[in-house]
Amino acid sequence: MPRVPDLDFERVELREASRHYGRRRALAKTSLTFDRGQITALFGPNGAGKSTLLGLVSTLMRPTSGAVYFGGQPSSILGDDLRRQIGVLGHDLFLYGDLSARENLEFFGGLYGVRDLDRTVDEALGAARLTERAQDRVSGFSRGLRQRLALERALLHRPRLVLLDEPFTGLDDESAALLGDRLARLRADGAIVLMATHDFDSATGLVDRVICLRNGRARDLGQVQESLRDRYRSVMAEEWS
Amino acid sequence: MSLLRAGWIIARKDLVVEIRSRELAYTTLFFSVACVLVFAFAFVREGRALEDAAAGILWVSIAFSGTLALGRAFERERQNETLKALLLAPTERPAVYLGKLAGLLLLMMCVELVVVPVVGLLFGAPIFRAPFLLAGLLATGTLGFAGVGTLFAAMLVRAHSRDVLLPILLYPITVPVIIAGVRGTAAIFAADPNFDAALSWLSMLIFFDAVFVTLAFWTFGPVMSE
Repeated sequence: MPRVPDLDFERVELREASRHYGRRRALAKTSLTFDRGQITALFGPNGAGKSTLLGLVSTLMRPTSGAVYFGGQPSSILGDDLRRQIGVLGHDLFLYGDLSARENLEFFGGLYGVRDLDRTVDEALGAARLTERAQDRVSGFSRGLRQRLALERALLHRPRLVLLDEPFTGLDDESAALLGDRLARLRADGAIVLMATHDFDSATGLVDRVICLRNGRARDLGQVQESLRDRYRSVMAEEWS
Repeated sequence: MSLLRAGWIIARKDLVVEIRSRELAYTTLFFSVACVLVFAFAFVREGRALEDAAAGILWVSIAFSGTLALGRAFERERQNETLKALLLAPTERPAVYLGKLAGLLLLMMCVELVVVPVVGLLFGAPIFRAPFLLAGLLATGTLGFAGVGTLFAAMLVRAHSRDVLLPILLYPITVPVIIAGVRGTAAIFAADPNFDAALSWLSMLIFFDAVFVTLAFWTFGPVMSE
């Protein structure tokens, strides 16, 4: 496979992407486009297909049919370099409990080939407000602290595409506000941010675009001016063709 | 990033985690020593062991404790879904295989450093008769066993009955390794040692390693693609 130097992209596209688990359809012929400098929220009930959509875009899953394109090129030909541009904060936080906060960041930074690793890790610990607990094992952290560290782990290599699955889980109000600021900075820096969440309050005023999912089908609501919760409820009450 | 560097980063992480928890080292060491002790009560009479028993028991304890370590090594990656994080990293997937294999090899060799003298002591086996040949048999046998086992343990990481499936899949494939290890070691430990036979078994282990570790290395990427 030819190596793609300094792979970057302005846009991520799902073209007729479907994903099936056996006979169950998790995502059905979904076509969506995500652009730079935009935060997109994915709303939907449990099992609607949000995590599957994130899994396809993250390259962890392959579509059963259709394809995902990064800057016009299908993910299947882009290989390992594509993953350098993707940062994922999953529902499971991808942290090692027996390692300290610093060691976790150094490990993942090393795998991603982050330059000037010490300084980058110091900055990430500062951003997570964990500088004083940098040497503590992650197994002793609360869910909120782990969540903050996991976010910095996902952003350590400055990815173009940021995928967040329930990023507000376990965060207190102050931490949620800080996360909001962090996401706003990512948008200003030109990142493509996709966020699956059930937290309408935290997403209000933060997201540029809303996509609702139900039974593997997606409906693009675009920019929502009114209350996110009210809009979501009205969309879910409608018949979906 | 080079494959070897990524593999080293993963192996180093596994070693740090193991040094902190000592979970695998203690369990595999205790299990293998207990295994040797139980067999010593069965096969040693009046200070004399049955012929070839020492070699067989040494390799049985290595295989059993190795299976224990293989299962737990990937269980750790499953707990916080960190295996997904490894697969999301911009490194070639076989780097994960190399890293896990290196960590397991180091652990199993540490266990062997304790178990071999215990076998020598309890069974009166002449472990210093041909130390380099014995070390060669142990190193190549361990590499063959762990090389195949690392692939299977990774494949089974999401299977519900992985603890049962791992030995069922692993032992039939690694039977040549165990047989070659036992026969080669028995040739060294015998009252009338046959070093040529031990060298032949060592050659077979090297051949097995070359074939199966290469196959496992190549198939790890496709196997772990989802």
